[in-house]
Amino acid sequence: MPVIEVEALTRRYTTRTGFRRRTRKDVEAVRGISFEVGRGELFGLLGPNGAGKTTTIKMLITLLLPTSGSARVLGHDVVAEPREVRRRIGYVFGGDKGLYERLSGLDNLRYFAELYGVPAREQGPRIGELLELVGLTGRERERVEGYSRGMRQRLHIARGLLHRPDVLFLDEPSIGIDPVGARELRQTVASLTSQGTTVLLTTHYMFEADELCDRIAVIAGGLIVAEGTPAELKSRVADGHVVEIEVFDGVGDRLDAVRAIPGVTSVGVEDGGHSQLLVVRTDAAATVTPAVLGRLDGLALGRVATREPTLEDAYVELVRQA
Amino acid sequence: MSTLRLVAVGWWLQLKMRSRSSFDGLLSIVYPMFFATTIFFMYRENGDEAALVSAAVGASCMGVWSAVSTTASTTLQGERRQGTLELLVGSPTSFSLVIVPATVSMATIGLWSLVATLLWGRVVFGIPISFDQPLVFVVAALVLAFSLGLVGFLQAVSSVRYRSAWALGSLFEFPVWLICGFLVPLSILPDWVRPISWLLPPTWGVAAVRDAALGGNAWPDIALCLLTGAAYAVIGVVLARRLVDSARVNATLALT
Ligand SMILES: Nc1ncnc2c1ncn2[C@@H]1O[C@H](COP(=O)(O)OP(=O)(O)O)[C@@H](O)[C@H]1O
Ligand SMILES: [Mg+2]
Repeated sequence: MPVIEVEALTRRYTTRTGFRRRTRKDVEAVRGISFEVGRGELFGLLGPNGAGKTTTIKMLITLLLPTSGSARVLGHDVVAEPREVRRRIGYVFGGDKGLYERLSGLDNLRYFAELYGVPAREQGPRIGELLELVGLTGRERERVEGYSRGMRQRLHIARGLLHRPDVLFLDEPSIGIDPVGARELRQTVASLTSQGTTVLLTTHYMFEADELCDRIAVIAGGLIVAEGTPAELKSRVADGHVVEIEVFDGVGDRLDAVRAIPGVTSVGVEDGGHSQLLVVRTDAAATVTPAVLGRLDGLALGRVATREPTLEDAYVELVRQA
Repeated sequence: MSTLRLVAVGWWLQLKMRSRSSFDGLLSIVYPMFFATTIFFMYRENGDEAALVSAAVGASCMGVWSAVSTTASTTLQGERRQGTLELLVGSPTSFSLVIVPATVSMATIGLWSLVATLLWGRVVFGIPISFDQPLVFVVAALVLAFSLGLVGFLQAVSSVRYRSAWALGSLFEFPVWLICGFLVPLSILPDWVRPISWLLPPTWGVAAVRDAALGGNAWPDIALCLLTGAAYAVIGVVLARRLVDSARVNATLALT
């Protein structure tokens, strides 16, 4: 039996704006998604901001009712049996909110241990073990208001694991923390699945999904546009190549000309400070490269390189098509 | 058993948090003392000692209600702003069991004000309070705080939908002082007010504390204070359930 089963799930938000004359506006945040996650799997929902990742997670953790469709977590319906679901899952979101600032880290954990019904006798050892896991041992008696972003995030993880949940939901856990902290966080998350915890993680960083996830669903505009292992997603664009050209002058007015070259599938520009990086995706690098260079004639060029597509390229391609 | 623990731990941690906000804490103690002082002056002029003592006890209870009424209406919005509201609702514990300890802790803070006002009256105005039944007095004060905490719970869950919920708190603060007999005996209020005051737990709480301090039989009032408080709590539980259900439909748990 899959641990998470999602079937044709949708969610619409209705917002009212204006004070006198109230106007209703509907947002279709999730527009019919289906997927399954197996026990011990680390599943990633990858998508840009506004794709519907948080909305999906909130339906799964019973904080939001679906507009239609259904979802089951550990065999329990998220609408009909919210308490059964809540008892067995953990939830951690990114950012530095969601903690009691005026309490110590330890008191925060104590409080949630009570809310999750961790037996009194087990609380002490369990909290100690988790502080060890997230590297907060020794700092637990300090007030959270003095914690760094990374420490807060690690405290969040500890909080989410207090009751030994079978499934852990992580919504953009590494948002806003420094690269070192983010790497440590990824190591912690990876170690969880080795102990049998199922993890559903959302992120908009492809490298994070690539590094961590067994399987990824790419979500854009409320729809799943692709699903598979990182390798499978990469292979979707594997028969192509990527040509990268460093340009020191403005490249804007040449883009359409480059796009028009036969064999070019997409063109992007990444700003690199003192230069720009022109990223040309193609299925025939050998013939396309000279043609591209021809169209850029007269501009000051730097490094020119051809490489294999990465997951990021696959992702950009998928989101672009959506 | 584990429910009792949950409530106790929640109460204790909320108390910790609240007493660390020194400005709020100080304000809720000092503010009612201003009113108490005015009352003391008025009654002292009268020269009626029994009325003065009775007013001192009533005034000392004002802080308990103030501590609750001014903070209860914004407590859920505060949790939402902190991002903790979602986590509370997402836990397997019923939402009411999470909020009741919070509002009872507000009332508990108010007990400081009760003690401070009694001391103020004793030291500055020389108001003699005999405390014939110290134990009953303590029980009555605790029941008053607990019951007012339950009223605060109802206030918390019913005012969350209003944008200016903080104003609701102040709106309740003064009328209750008046119609529940904190300041003046109920007997001098118009007849039509009395049935209203009977429905309000502070009325019985203040009466109980007064009886205990002045040597009357406080137990019936203590029982009525608990009973009316419990009735408010039951309504609160129903409203809390509706609140959470509607929040799941309308996505109002988080600030996005
Ligand atoms: N409470 C809400 N009310 C109205 N619209 C919302 C609300 N929450 C999210 N949305 C909208 O729904 C869409 C999906 O949002 P979200 O699920 O937060 O995306 P993601 O987490 O992938 O960034 C966005 O267009 C967002 O503006
Ligand atoms: Mg999000």
